[in-house]
Amino acid sequence: MALKFPIFMDSQSTTPVDPRVVDAMIPYFTEKFGHPASRNHSFGWEAEGAVDRAREQIARLVGARDPKEVIFTSGGTESINLAIKGVAEMYREKGNHIVTTAIEQRASLDVCKRLERQGYQVTYVPVRPDGLVDVEAIRQAITDKTILISVMYANNEIGTIQDVAAIGRLAKEKGIIFHSDATQAVGKIPVNVETAGIDLLSCTAHLIYGPKGVGALYVRRRAPRVRIAPQIDGGGHERGMRSGTLPVPLIVGFGRAAEICGEVMGEEGARLAKLRDRLQDMILSKVDEAYLNGHPERRLPHNLNISFAYVEGESVLMGLNKESALSSGSACTSSTLEPSYVIGALGASAELAHSSIRFSLHRFTTEEEIEHVGARTIEVIKRLREMSPLYELAKEGVDLKSIHWKAE
Amino acid sequence: MAYSEKVVDHYNNPRNVGSFAKDTPGLGTGLVGAPECGDVMKLQIKVNLDTGVIEDAKFKTFGCGSAIASSSLATEWLKGKTVDEASKIKNTDIVNELKLPPVKIHCSVLAEDAIKAALADYREKHAGTDAGKTPA
Repeated sequence: MALKFPIFMDSQSTTPVDPRVVDAMIPYFTEKFGHPASRNHSFGWEAEGAVDRAREQIARLVGARDPKEVIFTSGGTESINLAIKGVAEMYREKGNHIVTTAIEQRASLDVCKRLERQGYQVTYVPVRPDGLVDVEAIRQAITDKTILISVMYANNEIGTIQDVAAIGRLAKEKGIIFHSDATQAVGKIPVNVETAGIDLLSCTAHLIYGPKGVGALYVRRRAPRVRIAPQIDGGGHERGMRSGTLPVPLIVGFGRAAEICGEVMGEEGARLAKLRDRLQDMILSKVDEAYLNGHPERRLPHNLNISFAYVEGESVLMGLNKESALSSGSACTSSTLEPSYVIGALGASAELAHSSIRFSLHRFTTEEEIEHVGARTIEVIKRLREMSPLYELAKEGVDLKSIHWKAE
Repeated sequence: MAYSEKVVDHYNNPRNVGSFAKDTPGLGTGLVGAPECGDVMKLQIKVNLDTGVIEDAKFKTFGCGSAIASSSLATEWLKGKTVDEASKIKNTDIVNELKLPPVKIHCSVLAEDAIKAALADYREKHAGTDAGKTPA
């Protein structure tokens, strides 16, 4: 098959909408445009039925017992906000302490920072060099004031999959609510809120080949019944937890996307893991001082994150961006102008954080694309190293740490 | 963020990449930046000891595309200038030429620092000689 450029290999930032999902959505923009809260006519019933069906499809994908446990939001960020702030506000009388990790996505960390300003205490548990959080470290962090444990299911940069089931058991043992940001895991690997003991789970449609602008928060109803304070007030939609007219076409698309993921996940995951491993072998066998970030096995099948010593990430992307779309943990590619705190949390040097490149594969990634991106990456790294004063010094045997660098 | 055409051109066709032999006469070397900050520039000048004119310049840069472009441009501008003229190159000249956006201004600052460091190194090594002075 002929290659089509640019090649998209940035699926952990977003995914294309599956054409089957688009087909499912279209009628809900025009003919079936009803408001699901309109209780007295067929337009409303039709819309409500469509939303309920999507709720079931999503409930099934995450192993929820009851579709009513699925609350629709505008996306992962809102779900995370609602989960963490909702618990913090609802259980303020019980305690003011939250345990989370250092490598959560920005939405989680920023919510926690805001809560800290409001008088809550947050413990950011560090991770091991492979990105796994030590469950014992979470146990140590728990106090009698702890009301929430919030740990991501799988990391957005390095793909490391946490031992959520062990964390779920710990949370249950201590009687603490457990929220997991599963935006990167749902639809990609089997996720089950029952077996993992998850009380609140955030996910989003646009990472599972659904539309942007819709997400969900799973809120456990039984054993225990979790209550959250709503963060958006209004008509009392979504069992009072999230008011606002439901975006029916988006929700229908989300449901269909979830259904497809449930059907193809096993096969798709195996195929992508094989392609990912091929890309990894290709690059690591040809490039010296290239380091795999994250856990080599406990990792999302579509994720590959490598730091290339002596070259800066944005310059690597610039060499590739005419024909492929990737992302980097370099400061120059982040809105904060700081290098990746995730790579930093692994104990890697800041230089290696600046040098990290994430390849994330997706449903439509082909073998030809893998071969092309692998070969071009190797070329670009070689070219940039020829241009790198650090590479030159290292090859001369100079220990870069021995140099007194004059920072700007 | 889209890059300006000139940045892309310097990135794709960097001018004067490389290093001079350490015993090159009239050599001045500047090494600025820090790996943990994500950019390091090495800029070298080769000054004609009789005329005080920069005959050649080379660079190597660890950094983003704009950092590479800034140092590549700096080497182009250095060639043919006297040491005194070279010290007048300002980061704002680089910003204007490459149309760098505000978030990339630090790349041009680093390039100016690299020029200054290379000139200072040259002057230090050749202090007390006539070389380095602008010919009358």
